[in-house]
Amino acid sequence: MHLYNLTLQPPTAITQAIVGNFSGARQQEIIVSHGTRLELLRPDAHTGKITTVIATDVFGSIRSLAAFRLTGGTKDYAIVGSDSGRIVILDYDPKTSSFVKLHQETYGKSGARRIVPGQYLATDPKGRSVMIGAMEKSKLVYILNRDAAANLTISSPLEAHKNAAIIHHIVGLDVGFENPMFAALEVDYTESDQDPTGEAFNNTEKMLTYYELDLGLNHVVRKWSEPTDPRANLLVQVPGGQLASSDRYDGPSGVLVCCEDHIIYRHSDVPQHRVPIPRRKHPLEDPDRGLIITAAVMHKMKGAFFFLLQSEDGDLYKVTIEHEEEEVKALKIKYFDTVPVASSLCILKSGFLFVASEFGNHYLYQFQKLGDDDNEPEFSSTSYPSFGMADPNSPLPQAFFRPRPLENLALADEIESLDPIIDSKVLNILPNSDTPQIFTACGRGARSTLRTLRHGLEVEESVSSDLPGIPNAVWTTKKSEDDPFDSYIILSFVNGTLVLSIGETIEEVQDTGFLSAAPTLAVQQIGSDALLQVHPHGIRHVLADRRVNEWRVPQGKTIVSATTNKRQVVVALSSAELVYFELDLDGQLNEYQDRKAMGSTVLALSIAEVPEGRQRTPYLAVGCEDQTVRIISLDPESTLETISLQALTAPPSSICIADMLDASINKAHPTMFVNIGLQNGVLLRTVLDPNNGQLTDTRTRFLGTRPVKLIRVQIQKNPAILALSSRSWLNYTHQNLMHFTPLIYDNLDYAWSFSAELSPEGLIGIAGSVLRIFQVPKLGMKLKQDSIPLSYTPRKFITHPNNHYFYMIEGDHRVLGEDAAAKKLQQLRQQGKKIDEEVVNLPYDTFGRPKAAAGNWGSCIRIVDPIEAKTLSVINLEDNEAAFSLAIVPFSARGGELHLVVGTAADTHIAPRSCSSGFLRTYKFTEDGAGLEFLHKTELDDVPLALMAFQGRLAAGVGKALRIYDIGKKKLLRKVENKTFTTAIVSLATQGSRIIVGDMQESVQYAVYKAPENRLLTFADDTQPRWVSAMTMVDYNTVVAGDRFGNVFVNRLDPKVSDQVDEDPTGAGILHEKGILMGAPHKTKMLAHFHVGDLVTSIHKVSLVAGGREVLLYTGLHGTIGILVPFVSKEDVDFISTLEQHMRTEQGSLVGRDQLSWRGYYVPVKAVVDGDLCETYARLPGSKQQAIAGELDRTVGEVLKKLEQLRVTASGF
Amino acid sequence: MSSELRYTANTQLEHLHARYTGTGHADLSKYEWLAHQHRDTLSSIVGHPTLLSYLAIADGEATGRVKFEMTERMLQPCGPPPKKDDD
Repeated sequence: MHLYNLTLQPPTAITQAIVGNFSGARQQEIIVSHGTRLELLRPDAHTGKITTVIATDVFGSIRSLAAFRLTGGTKDYAIVGSDSGRIVILDYDPKTSSFVKLHQETYGKSGARRIVPGQYLATDPKGRSVMIGAMEKSKLVYILNRDAAANLTISSPLEAHKNAAIIHHIVGLDVGFENPMFAALEVDYTESDQDPTGEAFNNTEKMLTYYELDLGLNHVVRKWSEPTDPRANLLVQVPGGQLASSDRYDGPSGVLVCCEDHIIYRHSDVPQHRVPIPRRKHPLEDPDRGLIITAAVMHKMKGAFFFLLQSEDGDLYKVTIEHEEEEVKALKIKYFDTVPVASSLCILKSGFLFVASEFGNHYLYQFQKLGDDDNEPEFSSTSYPSFGMADPNSPLPQAFFRPRPLENLALADEIESLDPIIDSKVLNILPNSDTPQIFTACGRGARSTLRTLRHGLEVEESVSSDLPGIPNAVWTTKKSEDDPFDSYIILSFVNGTLVLSIGETIEEVQDTGFLSAAPTLAVQQIGSDALLQVHPHGIRHVLADRRVNEWRVPQGKTIVSATTNKRQVVVALSSAELVYFELDLDGQLNEYQDRKAMGSTVLALSIAEVPEGRQRTPYLAVGCEDQTVRIISLDPESTLETISLQALTAPPSSICIADMLDASINKAHPTMFVNIGLQNGVLLRTVLDPNNGQLTDTRTRFLGTRPVKLIRVQIQKNPAILALSSRSWLNYTHQNLMHFTPLIYDNLDYAWSFSAELSPEGLIGIAGSVLRIFQVPKLGMKLKQDSIPLSYTPRKFITHPNNHYFYMIEGDHRVLGEDAAAKKLQQLRQQGKKIDEEVVNLPYDTFGRPKAAAGNWGSCIRIVDPIEAKTLSVINLEDNEAAFSLAIVPFSARGGELHLVVGTAADTHIAPRSCSSGFLRTYKFTEDGAGLEFLHKTELDDVPLALMAFQGRLAAGVGKALRIYDIGKKKLLRKVENKTFTTAIVSLATQGSRIIVGDMQESVQYAVYKAPENRLLTFADDTQPRWVSAMTMVDYNTVVAGDRFGNVFVNRLDPKVSDQVDEDPTGAGILHEKGILMGAPHKTKMLAHFHVGDLVTSIHKVSLVAGGREVLLYTGLHGTIGILVPFVSKEDVDFISTLEQHMRTEQGSLVGRDQLSWRGYYVPVKAVVDGDLCETYARLPGSKQQAIAGELDRTVGEVLKKLEQLRVTASGF
Repeated sequence: MSSELRYTANTQLEHLHARYTGTGHADLSKYEWLAHQHRDTLSSIVGHPTLLSYLAIADGEATGRVKFEMTERMLQPCGPPPKKDDD
């Protein structure tokens, strides 16, 4: 077995975001890290929308990011701390639209290790140095400077290590142009490691330490170290230093130390200021729960600055410092607004706040005001004795605020994110769909959603109106070349033409010069201000003054096909002749003296647009009934001579020549593509060599069941091709690469570009007798998402075998369940406490549910109709029960009647796993599955984490035990048990009498149920420990699984062993076999292994293309969706592996990680080719592409074609 | 001399051990080994974004909180050290 790994949807979680002028222009951009991927986002200050500029895989794990700018510079650079043991400085090059590695300095081993730096990055605000720190001990300081040629230079590292110190955070201090200084929050464990009484541990102090980089002496000194709050977790830089021009201080310098429940202003040798972090005034809020700040951002404006700090609940606080020169007068904090909990906050100078959510969609907010003059209570350090530091060891009195909907911020844009994907299913249940949809249970807490992902581009419809008849074509046209927008819509019917004018309203017009008594074949705005209509009996050239020149077809003939551009017209007659016209310099349409006989009926014609600055396009493509396409010259030297010919497999139905940019073929100039649509629904795409007119590099694609129609359109000012068959597809250029994606929209019969004031970038189409105007807003998004909101974090969901409903379990730890919350409120009411109903009723999806102590759960069972996208019913679990597993079981004792069994547990604690009691709740289906009727509840001794139907009974993994249950009148009855599993059973799969068991820590084990003796025996296991997170059977002997560390692996059992076990009727043989290595008597063999870099949460064996091969599709926690495609032939394996080898040497990782060691992070890669790496071949410079293709004995086109073919045949993407 | 190296006379080795925190040696006590293991694991969890998210989702906490608690736990991951019998 050899597999090809391909990412269909890269991770969407943002682990960190930084802001800066990375392209050197005046506009600010955001670089986000998706963990294994870097993306540059550009927010548009006018529209408030965010667009992706580029995104690149880095083949490594990004742990920290920082932006910096050299003194006096205008361009920001990004520093990346990763698991490569190297510090990397990246520069965004707007010319090539790519990240360029300026410096890469090795300082340690690779891997996310304890004492190898990479976890923390802090830069000097003046861009003079950077500190990179590890979790413990190591801190390195690099000096950044520029050389004589103004290039960025980096020094060798200076050590600022401190042994046995755990580092919580580091930050650069703003000291103006004095020596750069860094502040670190450290804890020393030497003492507590030595003291058995535990006293030293209790007395351990958390130190705030300043490290100064002495630029003169070129070394780092510990300047100052003082104990601070023992629960401090985050440092925030406070502006400082003097302006060069004046003596005024920017700020007092120093840091904000964010601690549990408090914020402290701290600087060496000045008094501290402390304020409490205000808490929500919520009746269910637990006052003993600590509150920490998890994200912070500082914003400097002219002469002022403020901080936005975000608590772990998502509340934003505005913190301000009153100061006189360097002396702090007061530290003030007040509630600002509530947004989703962020992993990073970025404030843009244009007045936007980018919230990179830790889970779920990311948001861009616009500042409406800065909360300066509202009634929100403000807490100042001056209201407390000694600025709140009278007794640093005891907390300040608690401060409260009332949470409320957004007041200071307004939502501007949203970036969809699947993160986290917790479970998924791949099914084709939507009507009129020939490819399966991916259903993902996403999100965390009350912001969770069930999302339906469909492959295709989202379409936004703006107009849909009925027409009197069924038109067969539609065009739009401007009146003259310089018009910004289209003026007419022309609809062609079987026996006539209708012209509509676009204005305030769209209405019919008569006096346009167009012939309305006949159907139309083509419409063109020709020359500078004339219009052209081709109809079956002639060509009408309508001049600006409404004079009409008409060319008539000779008697007995008609025009069957036509193609036009701004200066040229070609028509094909029913006599299989071509007539060619060209516009002369006076604006007259002249017929070329000869007609060209084709010998076979012409079915389709196409010419490209006139290239800029030229008179004509030199090539015409003609598709004939004899299943050929001919390229005919329109050059004056050789007019109407046939240049080349391509044979087809079916008669063509449409041809379209378009000049489009595809960086994989030509980076600088658009390539001329001839797209040929066939009557059997196949599309051929060939490249037309502009020098000799030859057709090369043919690629085919099946579009649908109807003959293909091709239309050249404009999408975001670039040429694109709309291909219509039984589905509509769009072929467009995005980020310099060509994409081919279906539109998620009704079948269109015909379409054209549409540009009006309200929709400058639209398309117009006809579907039956309905006219539609629409846009394609999100290019590059290959999956369209539709969501259904959920109430808690989804855990698992399953499908019903007979209907299309989903049964889902949801649960959240550390929240109060519905019933517990209601009970508590009731209690408070009875005690006569006043309850602020408005606060209690705040929506959970923005404010979250009230937090509770560990061991509290909110959970429910939900029935969802995914087609109608709605929830049918919800059963909330009571008494602190939470659901962990579910299965639909046809109990044979009940005649195969389907039952839903849900595994729950009450008062569950996560680590160590414990519960007061586990339960199996059995439900009967009512209303064809839309409802559930509770039957009974079976008590268990542990948490049931996995359930599965097995031979008309239920197989359950209850803690360490695998059991089989049968249904009884009052409860489920335990039939057989096997308790040999090590940790906990997390997943189950079955075929025949074999049960595959996924253990939480001990990989996948094979068990068999021997019915005659009623024995449940394990007979094979893995040689390695694996923390299985998802698993599925590939075949009877093979299993594929993902583990917690981001690996995917395939294990296979020896078929001989398999047969031997199956032939043993009683299982006595297995029972008495001697175990190997303290495990089962047989071991599975690992066939393939690969590190995908995201935690695999589900794996399915599915076919993504109608009639295509089965692939393994996996989802990752951070939103990754990828596939593993089995190779069909040995040649493919050799070819792609060799290509991968070359790519490894050519394409270094952006963070300096070795690709091979990244993909073999825990176990060396085995039998899997990294498709993501191979696909970067398309972005290599032409010469390197040539060199690699040469080594492989292929042409560049062949290599690209092979890569595309692998992707398309396996996934359709 | 650090406790880990009480019985080691080799100064060069001692230097290496001081440099590469977490490296074991022949006279490592069970407690020291376990503390190293836990500290390595905790810092690895903080260093891998996906693992951090995974734990945060399971535990119903913000990732920032999980990261903080993990880092805090590195101070003394396995409780106080056992009492010394000899000396």
